[in-house]
Amino acid sequence: MSRHVVSSVDDFPPGTRRLITVKGRPIVVFNIEGEYFALLNRCPHQQASLFHGTLTGLVASSEPGCYKFEREGEILRCPWHGWEFDIRTGQSYCDPSKIQAKSYKIEIEDGASVVKGPYIAETFSIVVEENYVVLEL
Amino acid sequence: MNAQNPSAVQKPQAAMIADCDIHPIWNKPKDLYPYLSRRWQEHIETFGLSHRHGWQTGTPYPKGNASGYRNDAWPEDGGKPGSDFNLLKRDLLDANNIELGILNATGANGQGFQNLECAAAYCTAVNDWLIEEWTAKDPRLKASIIVSYEDAPAAVAEIERRAGDERFAQVMLLSRTAEPLGRRRYWPIYEAAERHGLPIGIHAFGFGGYPITGGGWPSYYIEEMVGHSPACQALLTSLIVEGVFARFPKLRVVLIEAGFAWLPALGWRLDKLWKTLKAETPALTRKPSEYIRDHIWITSQPMEEPQPREQLLDTMDWIGWDRLLFATDYPHWDYDDPAHSLALRISDENRRNFFRNNAREVYGR
Amino acid sequence: MSLIPPSLIPPGAIDCDVHPAVPDLRALFPYLNNHWRDQVVQRGMGDLETISYPPNAPLSARSDWRPASGKPASSVAQMREHILDPWQIRTAILNPLYGVHLLFSEDMAAAFTSALNDWVRHEWLDRDERLRASIVVPLQNVDMAVAEIERCASDRRFVQVLVMALGETPLGRRHFWPIYAAAARHGLPLGIHPGSSYRHPVTPTGWPSYFTEDYAAQSLALQNQLTSLITEGVFQKFPDLTVVLLESGFTWLPGYLWRLTKFWRGLRLEVPWVNVSPTELVRERVRFTLQPLDAPPTAADLEALLRHVDSDKMLLFSSDYPHWQFDGDEAIPAGLPAQSLQRILVDNPMDTYPRLGEP
Repeated sequence: MSRHVVSSVDDFPPGTRRLITVKGRPIVVFNIEGEYFALLNRCPHQQASLFHGTLTGLVASSEPGCYKFEREGEILRCPWHGWEFDIRTGQSYCDPSKIQAKSYKIEIEDGASVVKGPYIAETFSIVVEENYVVLEL
Repeated sequence: MNAQNPSAVQKPQAAMIADCDIHPIWNKPKDLYPYLSRRWQEHIETFGLSHRHGWQTGTPYPKGNASGYRNDAWPEDGGKPGSDFNLLKRDLLDANNIELGILNATGANGQGFQNLECAAAYCTAVNDWLIEEWTAKDPRLKASIIVSYEDAPAAVAEIERRAGDERFAQVMLLSRTAEPLGRRRYWPIYEAAERHGLPIGIHAFGFGGYPITGGGWPSYYIEEMVGHSPACQALLTSLIVEGVFARFPKLRVVLIEAGFAWLPALGWRLDKLWKTLKAETPALTRKPSEYIRDHIWITSQPMEEPQPREQLLDTMDWIGWDRLLFATDYPHWDYDDPAHSLALRISDENRRNFFRNNAREVYGR
Repeated sequence: MSLIPPSLIPPGAIDCDVHPAVPDLRALFPYLNNHWRDQVVQRGMGDLETISYPPNAPLSARSDWRPASGKPASSVAQMREHILDPWQIRTAILNPLYGVHLLFSEDMAAAFTSALNDWVRHEWLDRDERLRASIVVPLQNVDMAVAEIERCASDRRFVQVLVMALGETPLGRRHFWPIYAAAARHGLPLGIHPGSSYRHPVTPTGWPSYFTEDYAAQSLALQNQLTSLITEGVFQKFPDLTVVLLESGFTWLPGYLWRLTKFWRGLRLEVPWVNVSPTELVRERVRFTLQPLDAPPTAADLEALLRHVDSDKMLLFSSDYPHWQFDGDEAIPAGLPAQSLQRILVDNPMDTYPRLGEP
């Protein structure tokens, strides 16, 4: 397990997403209203790029004719076949126990602790006063 | 594309493949004007297109994704997915090692327009556009001849116009016609296709005016989507029991984009019925399943997904590995990826036939 | 796994699909009021036979079940002689297919449908205690259909509500729901049988040329109706309702469910009330009668197909009398696993039709 600096928080604003490669793995990182989430950039179905997915809500229903649009912005819909994944857990809606998008732990660390290491951040120069998005893999 | 908008391509497909269902599209009817006479340009400007459904634009049911496209297939210039040759070349042809791609120009392509003269002119324009904008740019691409099938003489004239051109690989019809496709009004099309050695590709969809179920219009897009398979079963039944294959023994039919897992059970049902009812259809001298075995090829997409997935192999065995054709349906949402959609243990020979050789044989391209 | 050869029907079977024939429209006169009797006469109404079963077509009745005169299966005596006695059938469920569903006038449809149910009650149920029946309902008017269920349901010998596979609108649509509420309230499954009111062509591409195509299309119609019932949320709305698909084979089921379930995964936001996979819903809530089987060519293929279906609870024995689906007594096809036979012949029908367990 190692920790990888994705970006400074200032460079990775809410409402954006980023495709990175860590240990050879393509990973998509989202900033949703200040919270960061990371998923392997492969839909478990046919490996579509989840970076190209749509962030939407969950259409829930208690009975026919009832539509509740919940958890707006927290459901990622695959760009191909429309399978839905919970951005927080990677779980699919259609078969949550068996089908999951692989998710990774993301944390915000201050520059001082990042400088202390051990972090992998080849492409960044770390500034102590800033905060950083850190992915554990 | 830059870092903020990276390519959708994940892992390239290793072996060379044939993709039997690719959908190029024009962005707007105006893009076809260079291929339409002034008279039809003015007609379309004034009266629009005469579909057998009620909307000026779009389709009767809103789809699950915007216009039914893969969300990662939109060109950066704002055009429609399937409108940009360079993007299609990069994300589909090159990424997937495609050596033969069959272009099926579905959409509002003239087929099924109620105004038959406009239909014929529009189909001709689409075929010209396919040559100019697509096959001329990449020799891997071969087009299906779009014909106005509700007007058999016009359809035959279009076949005659294109038949010698190696850039066309088959004659394309849509599944939802005004009458079942075995009816005699369509026979001149089969006669011309057989004479020129061109397969008839029947692509699911279109609008014949009737509800997708014989019991009325459903409420939801998912019902229409699932319903395309019964619709194709009905049209195949019609082709068989009307004696089309008895009459045109060299005719080859490719069924496109209706899945395939339904085909064996339809054959079993028709065989049983034929045993009981053959007095009604004396033109049939063989079991329906034998006509299917000899005359029908079928594309794989959207591939059925049993759990466990291995059960699909029983179905593919029943159909025959020499009759199944791989198709992606790029750039539509129910795309099948060649590297991942058939993640099953298959013999090398079957894999080669499914992904490449069967297509090369049926299309001769 | 031990497979059984095609075989005689073991004694005590429950036959879930047999078809009593109304001899002619005048046979309903005792059950029509003077107004409707007069209409039949003055307006010269003929027999309500439909093109769904041309009377002389080989499928419509097996030759050895055709009487010297009159319609096949038009009397209890015929049914006794042909199937009830020789096969020692414990119970047979009558599904009348008389063409009341084609009528356009709602009032006429309701009157004739009531007469049909009363005819079944008096001419069949009262004459042989092995018989049970479905309540035919006039879908032309939902209120009248509900009223017919309420009128008949107190007679516990009615065990099912029967509708035809093709009508004006798909069966899942909400305007039909009072019918399902009434069925569920009375412990009656919804049986859907081949047949059409011919409001639309039977195929999505227009009217076919041949009867063969019409009959082939009936199993497609049931597939579409199943999609409608599932996607409209009928199974969620009526958790006690069971649906029985009659006389349309089941070998199409795996391929159909693979397709529907695949699309549900990507399109369920359109029908969010469908919160379990359609495959699971069908296994739990939908049953299929055995004949016609539309079986693959070998017993091994049928075995593979039953693995795809993955349930021994869904099949219900049926002879489809008097339709010609098999010869002799060979209603049990080769390839059915022996250990499932008791389920198919007795247990599954008993589980599906709660009223069959009543004394």
